[in-house]
Amino acid sequence: MLAGSANRRSVLRALAAGGLGAVAAPAILSRPVRAAGRPIKLGFVSPETGPIAAFGEADAFVLAGLKDVLAAGVTIDGVQHPVTIIRKDSQSNPNRAAEVTAELINSDKVDIVLGSSTSDTTVPVADQCELNGVPCICTDTPWQAWFFGRKGDPKKGFEWTSHFFWGVEAITAVFTNLWLSLDTNKRVGALWSNDPDGAALSDAQHGFPPAVKARGFDLVDLGFYPIMSDDFSAQINAFKQAKVDIVTGVFVPPAFATFWTQAAQQGFHPKIATPAKALLFPSAVEALGDRGVGLSTEVWWSPHHPFKSGLTGQTAQQFCDAYTKSTGRQWTQPIGFKHAIVEVAMDALRRTRKIDDPASIQAAIRETDYSSIVGPINLKKGPVPGVATTPLVGGQWKRGSKFKYELNIVNDQTAAFIPLDSKFEPIAS
Amino acid sequence: MEWLSVIVQGTLLGGLYALFAVGLSLTFGIMRLVNIGHGDLIILAAFIALVVVQALGIHPLASLAIVVPAMFALGYLLQRGVLNRTLGESILPPLLVTFGLSVIIENLLLQLFGADTRRLHVGALETDSLVLPGGIAVGLFPLLIFAVAVAVIAALQLLFYRTDLGRAFRATSDDAVTAELMGADNRHLYALAMAIALAVTGVAGVFLAIRSNFDPAIGPSRLIFAFEAVIIGGLGSLWGTLAGAVILGVAQSIGSALRPEWQILAGDITFLVILVLRPNGLFQRTRD
Repeated sequence: MLAGSANRRSVLRALAAGGLGAVAAPAILSRPVRAAGRPIKLGFVSPETGPIAAFGEADAFVLAGLKDVLAAGVTIDGVQHPVTIIRKDSQSNPNRAAEVTAELINSDKVDIVLGSSTSDTTVPVADQCELNGVPCICTDTPWQAWFFGRKGDPKKGFEWTSHFFWGVEAITAVFTNLWLSLDTNKRVGALWSNDPDGAALSDAQHGFPPAVKARGFDLVDLGFYPIMSDDFSAQINAFKQAKVDIVTGVFVPPAFATFWTQAAQQGFHPKIATPAKALLFPSAVEALGDRGVGLSTEVWWSPHHPFKSGLTGQTAQQFCDAYTKSTGRQWTQPIGFKHAIVEVAMDALRRTRKIDDPASIQAAIRETDYSSIVGPINLKKGPVPGVATTPLVGGQWKRGSKFKYELNIVNDQTAAFIPLDSKFEPIAS
Repeated sequence: MEWLSVIVQGTLLGGLYALFAVGLSLTFGIMRLVNIGHGDLIILAAFIALVVVQALGIHPLASLAIVVPAMFALGYLLQRGVLNRTLGESILPPLLVTFGLSVIIENLLLQLFGADTRRLHVGALETDSLVLPGGIAVGLFPLLIFAVAVAVIAALQLLFYRTDLGRAFRATSDDAVTAELMGADNRHLYALAMAIALAVTGVAGVFLAIRSNFDPAIGPSRLIFAFEAVIIGGLGSLWGTLAGAVILGVAQSIGSALRPEWQILAGDITFLVILVLRPNGLFQRTRD
């Protein structure tokens, strides 16, 4: 009896389903043949609040610009998958970065994690992904800090995590090229922030000291200062006594502002000042006022870089103009890389064979040979497995026409395909 | 001569720390309230100064005329409306509430002003210096900060020891219950104390904004030195706070001259040594 009733029901259900199917069939046939697959999820970890929030400031703009591209998604094996991005704020805190990455992996079940901006974000993000076997792409951290900071083996590399950015070898080459292009006494004074970036750049084997000496400079290395230092008078005194013409090192913007003001108070006027990290953002230069004019810095990317986005077709210049139009703000260097990291992920997804197999996505990432808005990214060549380098050139802040102060590219010996904006000049004293 | 220069620079650095510390010293001394949001309130004052300077186009130092009363009012309302409710037997509730305040201020400023690093400009005064005999260059602006710190402390000292309000503050600080029995309105007194503390914080904020860069996240790092200066100087003693700040500044300066990475360490070690030798600080005035 029971069995009979079950049979009757299933027959009815089958009939109903068949009937509906027959009615719906023409509608299906009139649509494009592509079936809609499950959405692909990208996790996007970046510092949007906290001390390094300036790096994540353009995230909303960058992702909004990619809305249509992401909605159209990628077609894998004849099935169209829309792509969604889940943004997480690292709060400029490495512990928080690890926590939100774990959330992305365990709760949101993302397919790829994208981590960007300083080793405090990219190192914990990559570590979580490596641990959980989730494909991960990082950028906006000198590659040695990301690779050796995680105890990477240059022969094997990492299984699940990849990275693209410039490295210590590039910044030492750019800085020394800048300094050699002017007439100085070749004495360099250096001060390093007591953090991973300062440690990487001051490394006695791979950092500045050997590179600077190899090119004939005399290095007055005063060692590490505490990041939030309010007083540099002792160091300025030492530089003055050693008669250095060139000042370099790693500084966060407030520390450099204090250093530079005190240098003026103490009557210390070097011909060249090239602090790494301190002058990336226009706001840091505006905070120095006219004493910021003539300072030199590393340039990872600019509107004048001759590259364009593979996703939107925008050139670097168009992309920066759109940013200024939408936010009323001057372009900054990280915005190109925030766009590029999504480009690399989308390119890898297009070449992925089995979307539900993380190993297949990872294989596609490692095959990356792509032309992005920040230049060519080739993850097959190395310096070490899973790391690609992007070009770095030398820049100098000068008075501008469109904005109060503008970053000019003044040395491209490391990447001659990037056009020069003007000539490198000593600081006017 | 080089060491003399180190000590002079360290003393001037102490002036900056003293200016940061006085507000904390007041609230701590009178109400035993440890204000974790103190550093962020300094940054809030700096941002108010920024808005005032941009809106009115006045000299940054003239913005004090608006920033200080604004912070005074904020202090009164904050204490009356929020912090008075947290005072009691345990010191934990005010700690937690001011910690929350710190997080709220930081993120509110980030929302309103973005993450940009800012500064107020005063032209040549920023970089002018006096050259003392022996070739020691002393920045005019650090000197001004030191003078302002001394003036603020002298004014507060007058207020505390020469006025009725000062007597009421001291009475409440020594024994809140008895003072209340004698007719003192503690809630009002506490609110006034916080108002004065934040007025001083307003002064600190404006001078910080001219001396160096500031951004919404920079506040908490200002708290620790202020706190150390208060403890070294001793509870309730304003001149002690200045002395503590100068000791801290000179210790950091000497450490830094030996090796740059010893700067903060030298200050912290000095702090710990004083804490071990004189747990109540050098010039304690009030009873615990």
